Formats: sequence, structure tokens, C-alpha cells
Amino acid sequence: MNQKTLETLAPWLFTIAMFAIWEAACRIFRIDPFILPAPSEAFVAMAQHWRALLRHSTVTLWTTMAGFAIAVAFGVVLGLIVGWSRTIYRGLYPVMIGFNSVPKVAVVPILIMWFGIGEVPAILTAFLISFFPIVVNVATGLASMEPELEDVLRALGAKKLDIMLKVGIPRTQPYLFGSLKVAITLAFVGTIVSETVGANAGLGYLIALAGSNFQVPLVFAALILLAVEGIAMYAVFAYAETYFTRWAFRSSMSAAT
Amino acid sequence: MNGFVDISNVTLNYKGASGGVLALQGTSLRISRGEFAAVVGPSGCGKSSLMKLVTGLVPADAGEIVIFGDKVAGPVKIAGMAFQNPNLLPWRKVIDNVLLPLEIVEPHRRRFRQHKQQYREQARVLLATVGLDGFGERYPWELSGGMQQRASLCRALIHQPALLMLDEPFAALDAFTREELWCVLRDLWQEIGFTVVLVTHDLREAAFLADSIHVMSARPGRIVMSKAVDLPRPRELDICYEARFTDIVHELRAKIAQVRQA
Repeated sequence: MNQKTLETLAPWLFTIAMFAIWEAACRIFRIDPFILPAPSEAFVAMAQHWRALLRHSTVTLWTTMAGFAIAVAFGVVLGLIVGWSRTIYRGLYPVMIGFNSVPKVAVVPILIMWFGIGEVPAILTAFLISFFPIVVNVATGLASMEPELEDVLRALGAKKLDIMLKVGIPRTQPYLFGSLKVAITLAFVGTIVSETVGANAGLGYLIALAGSNFQVPLVFAALILLAVEGIAMYAVFAYAETYFTRWAFRSSMSAAT
Repeated sequence: MNGFVDISNVTLNYKGASGGVLALQGTSLRISRGEFAAVVGPSGCGKSSLMKLVTGLVPADAGEIVIFGDKVAGPVKIAGMAFQNPNLLPWRKVIDNVLLPLEIVEPHRRRFRQHKQQYREQARVLLATVGLDGFGERYPWELSGGMQQRASLCRALIHQPALLMLDEPFAALDAFTREELWCVLRDLWQEIGFTVVLVTHDLREAAFLADSIHVMSARPGRIVMSKAVDLPRPRELDICYEARFTDIVHELRAKIAQVRQA
């Protein structure tokens, strides 16, 4: 087996090895399945309850994507505004940091009071938790523009809007896509937090319910599915990043340094 | 007679957190139309501030700058600029980088969409003059540093500016590439006939290219010496090894050593 195929297989090998060690540890140390079920038990539970798991993971996936979509739209707009003007940056930044420091789990009860049990609080929590990195990265992309390039354009009579459209926004792309990978995983956290606190569907709800019924293997089955969804969405945005901003990887912005 | 660029008694103060820095004080300089002027001086003497003043990016605190009869009160729009760093946009092909000024400056801006083919042809011709024939469809990262700087010169010239401002454009290049680009710039200037202000550290570069060399003092910067270079044109690189050339360089060197002491 050559180096390249080994590299392609590495993620799979590591995943399999992790499950193997987990399985072995449960058997060797005779761990109570009530404390930590072996992965085989989790997979058995997955097979038994596949209908429920499919339904709940679909709910979690779509609420996460909905919240994430709002976060992208809102984050990009706010990032452009913050990166546009120093005054807005100064004024808004402390507020945003304060907002981001509030644990979202504390906000969920309020959202449930406002919108009732259901998908809306989950979507909003996913949005609230994931927009911050997008704003920061988009604003950084704009703010780190080369001053000389700005001079070249300003000397030609370019307005601020011209500079943003021709240089600022395109050069923000790699920053944006980098932040999407962080934001999508955060969005899952938001959805699950909200579903755990109060919902009637979704993997978070299922985990809370199965936990209170002492169906620990089912809890782990749901956790594994959640991890799979997270990895899949991360992969989608990692691919989008390399696809849309190939120039940034090729040049590693070296033309600008 | 008035010059093309007329800087009279200009003062510029940079306001920083730790108090203002007097960058230029009582600076005067006159450059005629079509002249190739070089500004040399010790580092930190405000040469780059002078560029920003002339292009109208920074307003002077005192004194006035007149370009072609108009007092500078904002970005001048008839200038092209190039810096030590080529600053090409990595997501645009070389030719689209060169075309960037036309998307901004009037009247090209309005005509750009309809006459795109014509403008592209114009950019192709310009790229060919600097030896980048066939590189237009490549991306900047596929080009060497010297080639990127050639493209940057094209971008500064595509809108046919009457004034070309260069801030140490060749400082980051190796010696051979630098001399190659001297000749590229010399040929462009002789062919098109724009006015050039070249800010540089390199005295040989100034002597080889310029009609007149202006020495600036340490901060606050002032012009302390202006020297006409009467070497015949067209100049070849061999001239750098002739006695009259080295005399000029020596004279400039002595003057700069003296202002650095002061």
C-alpha cells in the first residue's frame, strides 16, 4: 500500500480503530451498558429504532440548516457593515462580544416562552450561536485590506463602494468560507441544546427522552448519528471552500504579502 | 514658466497617538511635463508622504500643490500608481488586474461593458510591450515577482495617465530583474511620454532613469538638492559603468550622507 492510499484511508482506519478500542474496553472491563454501552449495542439500538432515529435526525438536520442559513445571511450583512466603518465597528463590537458570551442554553427558555415548543426555538438557537464567527471573519477580511491597494484605487477616484465591490468583498471570501466550517458545527450545538431543553422532535429531544427512560444504547445511537451529520455538513463546506476560493489556497494570499 | 507638477512650500503633519509627526516641512518641487523626476533620500524622510500629497490622497496642512494648472484638493484621477508590492488581486487573471482602473475611472467606467473587447485588446498590447505577451490569461501567483511588477506597471498605465507615481517599485526585486525592469520602464516612458515621479532608495536607478534627481533631507523632509542628469538618451545599461554616471551617483551619495548626519 503506498503513501497516498494510506492517507486516503486514514480517516476510516482511525474511526474503525476508535470503535474497536471502545468495544474492546467495554468487553474487557465489563463496563455496565447502563454506564457506557459498547458501540455494538448502540448499533443494535440504531437498527431497532431506525424509524424514530431517521425522523428525529431529519428534524435536527433541517432546523440546523435553517438556523445556519439565517446566520450566514445575517452574519455576512452585519460583517460587511462592521467592516465598512470604524465607528460601527467600535460601537457594535462590545455589544456583540457581550451577546456572544451569554450561554445560549440560558436563552432557550425565553425563546420557548415566545415561540412555544417546536422547531422555531431550535432554529433560532442554531442561528444565535453560529452567526458570531461569520461576522468576525467577514469584518476581518474587509479590515485587513492592503492600504496601498486602496490608495491605487482612491487615486483613480474610486468611491468606498467601488473599493468594497472590486476588492473588499472578493478578498473576504476565504475568510467567510473558513468561518462557515466553524459555524456549521456550532449550529448543531445550538439545535441540540434547544431540543434538549424543550422540544417534541429532534435528536436532542430523543436523547433527553431516551436518557430519562434509561435507554442508554439509544442515547449513544443518537449521538453517533449527530456526529455523522456534523461531519457530513463540515465536509460540504470544506469542499465549497476549496471550490470557490481556489485562488486563496494556490496563492495563500502570497501576492499580497 | 509653470511646471506640470508644482509643489510649493508644503507642510504635512501626521497625527498619531503619541503626538503629531512632522513628515514634510517647506517642501517645494517643480516637475515639467513629460519629465522623468526621481526623489531620493534617507529612509523615513517622507518620500511616500510626498506621493500621497501629489495624488491628492492626503491633504497638505500648508502650502499648495498644482497639477497641470489645477490645485489639488482631492484624488487627482490623472495619476497611475505602483508600489514596491505589486498588489495584484489573486482572484483576477493578470489581464483583469490590468483592466481594474478602467472599471473605476471615468470615462472608461461607463463604456467598459460595451467596449470590453476593445479594452482587453488594449491591455493585451500593453502587456506585450512589457514582455508579458501570452500571460494575460494566467493568475498572478503563476508569475514571478518581476513579472508581477511588470503587470503592476501595466495596471498603473492602462488608463493612460498623464502622471505616473512610483514608490520604490523595484526595491523587492533581485539585481538582474531590477535592471531588466529599468529598461522596461525606460522604454514605456520613451514610447508614451507621460510624466514620472519615481521615489527610490537606489541612486543608480535614479541616475539611470531620471532627467532630474531631487534629494530629500531627513524628517521633516525638504528638497535639499536638485540635480539635472544630462546623460544622453536613449541610455543603455552600459552607461552605468561610465565615469560621468558614477560621478553623479557619488555626488548624490555624498549629499545624502551629509543630510543623514545633520
